[in-house]
Amino acid sequence: MQHYSMNLKLKVWRQKNSNDNGHFENYDVNNISSEMSFLEMIDVLNERLISEGSDSIAFDHDCREGICGMCSMVINGQPHGPWKGTTTCQLHMRAFKDGDQITIEPFRANAFPVVKDLMVNRSAFDRIIQSGGYVSVNTGNAVDGNSLPIEKQHADDAFAAAACIGCGACVAACKNASAMLFVSAKVSHLAQLPQGEPERKQRVVSMIAQMDKEGFGSCTNTYACEAECPKEISVLNIARLNREYLNANLSGN
Amino acid sequence: MNWSLLFSSSIGKKIVMALTGIFLVVFLVVHCYVNANIFFANAEENFNRAAHFMGSNLLVRITEIGLFAGFILHIVQGYKLELQNRGSRKSRYAVTAGNKTSKWYSRSMAILGTLILLFLIIHLAHFWVPSRFGGLEEVYYGDKKFHNLYLEMKNIFAEPWVVIVYILGCFSLSWHLLHGVQSAAQTLGWTNKNFFPMIKTIGIVFSILVPLIFALMPLAMYFGLQLDLENITLLF
Amino acid sequence: MLDAKIPAGKLDEKWTKYKGTVKLVNPANKRKLEIIVVGTGLAGSSAAASLGEMGYKVKAFCFQDSPRRAHSIAAQGGINAAKNYQNDGDSVYRLFYDTIKGGDYRAREGNVHRLAEVSTSIIDQCVAQGVPFAREYGGLLSNRSFGGTQVQRTFYAAGQTGQQLLIGAYQALERQVALGTVEMHARHEMVELVIIDGKARGIIARNLVTGELERHFAHAVLLCTGGYGNVFYLSTNAMGSNVTAAWKAHKKGAYFANPCFTQIHPTCIPVSGDHQSKLTLMSESLRNDGRIWVPAKQGDNRPANEIPEEERDYYLERRYPAFGNLVPRDVASRAAKERCDAGFGVGSSKQAVYLDYAAAIQRYGKAEVSKKNLGNVSAEVITNLGKDVVKEKYGNLFAMYEKITGENPYEVPMRIYPAVHYTMGGLWVDYELKTTIDGLYALGEANFSEHGANRLGASALMQGLADGYFVIPYTLGNYLADDIRTTSIPTDHPAFVEAEQKAADRINKLMSIQGKQTVESFHKRLGKIIWDKCGMARNAEGLKQAIEEVRALKAEFWSDVRIPGEINAMNQELDKAGRVADFIELGELMCIDALERNESCGGHFREEYQTPEGEALRDDEGHMYVSAWEHQENNWNLHKEPLNYEVVKPSQRSYK
Repeated sequence: MQHYSMNLKLKVWRQKNSNDNGHFENYDVNNISSEMSFLEMIDVLNERLISEGSDSIAFDHDCREGICGMCSMVINGQPHGPWKGTTTCQLHMRAFKDGDQITIEPFRANAFPVVKDLMVNRSAFDRIIQSGGYVSVNTGNAVDGNSLPIEKQHADDAFAAAACIGCGACVAACKNASAMLFVSAKVSHLAQLPQGEPERKQRVVSMIAQMDKEGFGSCTNTYACEAECPKEISVLNIARLNREYLNANLSGN
Repeated sequence: MNWSLLFSSSIGKKIVMALTGIFLVVFLVVHCYVNANIFFANAEENFNRAAHFMGSNLLVRITEIGLFAGFILHIVQGYKLELQNRGSRKSRYAVTAGNKTSKWYSRSMAILGTLILLFLIIHLAHFWVPSRFGGLEEVYYGDKKFHNLYLEMKNIFAEPWVVIVYILGCFSLSWHLLHGVQSAAQTLGWTNKNFFPMIKTIGIVFSILVPLIFALMPLAMYFGLQLDLENITLLF
Repeated sequence: MLDAKIPAGKLDEKWTKYKGTVKLVNPANKRKLEIIVVGTGLAGSSAAASLGEMGYKVKAFCFQDSPRRAHSIAAQGGINAAKNYQNDGDSVYRLFYDTIKGGDYRAREGNVHRLAEVSTSIIDQCVAQGVPFAREYGGLLSNRSFGGTQVQRTFYAAGQTGQQLLIGAYQALERQVALGTVEMHARHEMVELVIIDGKARGIIARNLVTGELERHFAHAVLLCTGGYGNVFYLSTNAMGSNVTAAWKAHKKGAYFANPCFTQIHPTCIPVSGDHQSKLTLMSESLRNDGRIWVPAKQGDNRPANEIPEEERDYYLERRYPAFGNLVPRDVASRAAKERCDAGFGVGSSKQAVYLDYAAAIQRYGKAEVSKKNLGNVSAEVITNLGKDVVKEKYGNLFAMYEKITGENPYEVPMRIYPAVHYTMGGLWVDYELKTTIDGLYALGEANFSEHGANRLGASALMQGLADGYFVIPYTLGNYLADDIRTTSIPTDHPAFVEAEQKAADRINKLMSIQGKQTVESFHKRLGKIIWDKCGMARNAEGLKQAIEEVRALKAEFWSDVRIPGEINAMNQELDKAGRVADFIELGELMCIDALERNESCGGHFREEYQTPEGEALRDDEGHMYVSAWEHQENNWNLHKEPLNYEVVKPSQRSYK
């Protein structure tokens, strides 16, 4: 692997707080190694900004290994940047070349108000989970783990849906700012397991009601969410969600 | 059963779009079938007879009311959704991913739909209004009187701009269907790992074939082409 | 004298007896009792959810934007449980024994046995919540093996076990939030502990969005704030993982136990340059199939694929034939360091060894050929079949490696090097998980109790959930039962005012320095001191130097740090500054503790104390105790809790 260094022109969204209007600032960053991660590149810029006496760029990040779902950002129009199946924190500078212009924006959606700069408030997702994204089982109620065999295919499919990291890239990518991929991942995860069966209908109805209440748009099946999802959650989960919703409403309780 | 929720929630509204969309797709098939008469033997009579049947059969007339309702519901709901969806992101992106992550026609259903609507108004004014409210020449087959819609068509499609408008309308329809068919299946939850590729393929074939047949009609009229295929007739 | 309050009686009856006789709180009273849970990882989420279900009024806090982000989510490999589903001789006793031995005989028997006992209930609970564990074709749960054991007792969900377990606990937590029993405060950081009449009665939390300080009362406070691995700057911990909450408690009287016991994980992606902000773990499960080697010749610069078999040194297989590549983490890490220090390292930095899948790919490929009855096939077909199998088992890890390094691990061996991963030390707790402050509890990695001097793989998840789901719901009641007459203390109580003032003063002081150096630069320097002198190998000389260096760094920090932005607004640099200031103080204590412990055990390797073969040399006569440090104005006071082994007989740990 050939390593190289590059100079870049960044256009970064700066917004003091949720009440501020926000604007773009231009920054030149030089001598960026192709081995750096994207966030490490911003670290370098931030160190410089602090030394120069200005405020650093606020952005969410935590595990930096692509699993916590905290990092966000829209990089040149793509949530989590140009690499498929990759979070911003795992995006490396190899993806860019010398002289590139990179526009960095926050995830934009009414349901995800900007907190500061590139940081947004995604608590709407927590409230959607609160509305039914769980199995109601108190600690101590469980029977032996192997008393309930689950067909491997179902277990694998449920896992594939449960791999969602709740980062919100689906919302950011969708032209309608719809949260359907996120909601469908949770509904799909639990609908395919016998543990989720008792609350199956109530869950999907409540979660959709909450989703609508939060101000997300509706799904028009452009599948941009799937293309941008860092965990490559399938849009077939959305079909399942639609099915579950239709069933729940048609069959009644 | 909770009908109100089914039609007031975001998924419910989409289901309305999908169901009306499918209904309209079925209509397209029928329309296409009637149109196809012109390519075969005895075109004029068969076409006029088919048009007559569509205009006089009670069941068809009742369905026609449903069809209009379907159109209106599809259009109104479509615009409402578009407005609501646009409103869910007040602050727009400076740069968008464009075609890297989705198809342009998937993102442009409202525009394509609007173009189809404009076309539809012209189309209705051309054919539906005169056939329902008079103004067409008449022709006798045996002792029965028919509207000579075929002749009207020949007259209308003699104008080059009309032909162009119709062909553009067919393009809009094609792109609208390219997204719409599989989207309806997805919204109704019919897609899964096994069927998704098949549904997508059917969608593509349908959305190319049907508008193509429609587009051939004004072309055939304008250039005076007729296949007269070996006495094959599509009978009604 | 520290009293761990281990219940009397036979080892395997202690917990049952405790549960049967512990004091209870009736449901009507539970509704009046308030509990604060700081941190929402496996321990915090499971505790908050369970206590909420029981009817307590719970307030939970996390610094992330959602409780689901806590760093437990990053655990890859799995969770141990003594289910013996594989019929391979596992039992509660064996899990207990492996954990004690793996910890190099520096953990409490009573606690560890309890952990092994409740391990089975954890799996049941998680399955009931819908955690999608890996399953066999028959629909039953699948297991795999992990380092330091000879049975298959690790339950897993691909390479994302921590994520799935945390999401299970998070969902349980959100359910309680919806029911109103838990009040969630995300983007909040605990900055001070409030003590009234010797009891923990609340916290001061900083709202990280507005910068406001908030007062929160509770009858008891639970710290579930994880480990302090970020003291090293570079670690596999999340960027935000910090010791602040635990450190505030320590400075208010909670003893800090075994701070020098840190775990260096052998298989991480090596550092690529000065820009590096964190390290990424490659799951221990990779050692199931991968072979670790270095060139047999010093300074061999040939690409790995050009080094012939006979010129490779599979040093783990050579040194430890019985366990081979699956020796415990401390042993594997030290062996890698030994080879690199001796000049056999690979890659541009020479600080790496190879983890090679070529043999595994061939082995799996051949197995596939015979399974599919393909007869005589080309070498290429075998290799491709083998790659497919490896991809199915470890695909996500290989993909991650490729994203970070740009190298294809199916073609060239991965380069790996040890990195800081876990901290066995933490707040001292007794059997009930209570610290030396009444009403203050520590759960999960934040406490010190279960792993001794080295933790076995797949045991951290087990401990976090054991503490939260199955231990604290019982032991907390024992304390609160005596507290039912205490009504809510208003937060204008002088103790709250004072604690808030203290927190505000510190923040004001940090912001007023306006020096020249960034917080990050101090953190990097601290990390380098601790890694070089209190890392994988330590010696008295280096530790003494490190103590001086850390003290000097502290003075420099408090006179020259530069923090931009405002106090009453979102200010990530200020958040970080508070954490780094605490890490600096902890760094000093770690070195003091490492210097005091004149022996080698588990992750603590003092170069002066080793066997002729270079293995850790314990001193059971002189050092079989827990070091619990009491904070004083400018120093620390050591309290020793002797470890009594009633069942297990400590011996030289051997994996040969």
